[in-house]
Amino acid sequence: MSGTFTPMPGSAPLLRQVAAQSVMEARLMLRNGEQLLLAVVIPVIVLVGGVEAAKHVDFGLDQRPIDALTPGVLALAVMSTAFTSLAIATGFERRYGVIKRLGASPLPRFGLLAGKIGALFMVELFQVAVLSAVAFAMGWDPHAGFETVLLGLEALLLGTAAFASLGLLVAGVLRAEATLAAANLIYLLLMAGGAVVLPASAYGGAEHVLPWLPSGALGEAMRGALIHGDCYGQQQVILLGWAVLGTVLTARSFRWE
Amino acid sequence: MRYGDKTAVDALDLRVERNTITAVLGPNGAGKTTTLETCEGYRRPQAGTVRVLGLDPIKDRRDLLPRIGVMLQGSGAWSGARAMEMLNHIAKLHAHPLDTAMLADRLGLHDCGKTPYRRLSGGQQQRLGLAMAVVGRPEVVFVDEPTAGMDPLARRTTWELLTELRDDGVTVVLTTHYMDEAERLADHIHIIDHGQMIASGTPLELTRGGTATIRLVVTKPFPDGAPASLQAALGPQVEVTPISDVSLLVTGPADHTTLATVARWCEEQGVLPESLNLGQRNLEDVFLEITGRELEA
Repeated sequence: MSGTFTPMPGSAPLLRQVAAQSVMEARLMLRNGEQLLLAVVIPVIVLVGGVEAAKHVDFGLDQRPIDALTPGVLALAVMSTAFTSLAIATGFERRYGVIKRLGASPLPRFGLLAGKIGALFMVELFQVAVLSAVAFAMGWDPHAGFETVLLGLEALLLGTAAFASLGLLVAGVLRAEATLAAANLIYLLLMAGGAVVLPASAYGGAEHVLPWLPSGALGEAMRGALIHGDCYGQQQVILLGWAVLGTVLTARSFRWE
Repeated sequence: MRYGDKTAVDALDLRVERNTITAVLGPNGAGKTTTLETCEGYRRPQAGTVRVLGLDPIKDRRDLLPRIGVMLQGSGAWSGARAMEMLNHIAKLHAHPLDTAMLADRLGLHDCGKTPYRRLSGGQQQRLGLAMAVVGRPEVVFVDEPTAGMDPLARRTTWELLTELRDDGVTVVLTTHYMDEAERLADHIHIIDHGQMIASGTPLELTRGGTATIRLVVTKPFPDGAPASLQAALGPQVEVTPISDVSLLVTGPADHTTLATVARWCEEQGVLPESLNLGQRNLEDVFLEITGRELEA
C-alpha cells in the first residue's frame, strides 16, 4: 500500500527532538508579554533606576554603582527566567494537558526536561546580551579576563539549576493560578530582600543569613565573578545544595498531570 | 480499572482487528476514555492485560509511543502556540512525519494556521488534535470523541479522513457517544456501559433481526375494522397499532412475508398506499433494548 497515510512510524533522533522542544518553549516564553516584562524590562529598569538612585542614596557600595549593580541584575534575570517563568509556564502546561499530550509523543520525559533546560539557556542568553549591552552603554567596566566570563557562566549554570528545580517544585505541586501567584510573590520578595541585586552587606543585620538563600548565593557568586574575577567556592556549594534539595523534592512530588 | 471504590472499567474483553475502524460506543461515563487511556499507557490496569501491537503500554511504552497516535479529549496544546506551529512541533518529534500543510488543508485548518490555540473554535481545536494524532504516520490511532461539538461539515471532513486512514492501512480506534457516527464509520462496534461490554459486532450484526416498524399511510380512510383484519392476516407475532383513519403502525419482524402481506391486504381492502416507511432497528434501539435507557441521555 502506498496511500498518503500509509504507516511509517518512528521517532526523530533524540537530540533533534530536544532541540525542537527547546526552541518551541523559548519562543513561547519570549512571545508572552508578561514573561518578557519579567525577563528583560524589569531588570533593565532595576539597573537604570539603581544607578540613578545611587547618585542620591548611599547603598554602601564599594564600587561605582554600575559595576556594583550589573552582576546582581544579571543574577536577577537568571532568577526571573529559571524560577518564575519556568514555574508559570510549567503550571499552565499541566493545566492545559500539554504535558499529557507530549507524554503520548515520542519525546521521553527526560527529553522534555532537557528541552526545558535548553529553553532556559536560550532565554538567558538573550537576557545577558540585552542587559550587558545596556550596562556597557552606561559605562560598565567588569573585571577583565577570560576567567571572568567562565566564572560568570558557572554562576549562571548553578543558579539556573537551583532556581529551575525550585520552580518545578512549585509548579508540580500547586494549581496553575496558585503557581502564578506564588512564583511572582517569591520573585518580588527575593528581588527586594534576597541580596540578589544589592550585596548582602547592604542589608545590615541580615548580612550573614542572606548568602544562604539561593538569591543571595547567586548574587554573591555573580559579583565575585564579574567584579573580582574570583570564585570563593562557598556560594557555588550553596547553589548546588539548593539544586540537589529542589531536585529531590521535585522528583518526589511532581505530578505531570 | 477502579477510581476509589468506583469501578470504571471491569472485565472488559475487547479485541481490535488491524486495518479496521473500531468504535467504542457508550453513554457518558461508560468507561470509554478510561479504556482508551489504558491502551495509551496513561493508566495501569489493576487487573488483566492490555496489549497494543503486541506491546505492553506501560512496560514497552517507549517502543509503543512512536507507533501510535493519540487524540485526547480537550486541549493538549500551549494556549499561546499558533495552530500550525503546534502541528509542526509535533511533526518534528517524528522520523517521517506527514506534510503538515497537506494535512492542515485536508482538515480545513489552513485558514487558522496563524491563530493562537486559545482563539481557535472548539471544532478547530478538535481537528488540530486529530492532525497531531496522525502527523507521525502511526500504525494505530486512538481518537477520543473526535467529533464532539463539531458542526456537520467538520464532522464529515473528520469522518472522511478517518476512513482514508483505514483504507491506507491505519488501525483506528475511536470512542463516541453518537450512534450515527459508530454506525456510519465503524467496521466493528463495541457497546459498553458501566465499564462492561454489553454488545459487540459489525453494525449489520448488531442491527440485524429484532423488531422493526412499518408505518403505512394510505390515500383515503381505511374501511371499518381495517386494523383488526390486518392483524388477523399478519398473525400474532406482529402488532398492528392504528394511528389515524389513514395511517397505522406495524411492529414486528420487517421481513418479506410481512411486507407482502401488508401489500396484499391493501389490495383486498381497495386502499392505495401513499407511503410505506420501514424503520430499521438502529444502534439506539439496540442500546435501549439491552439497558432500558436512552444512549444520549
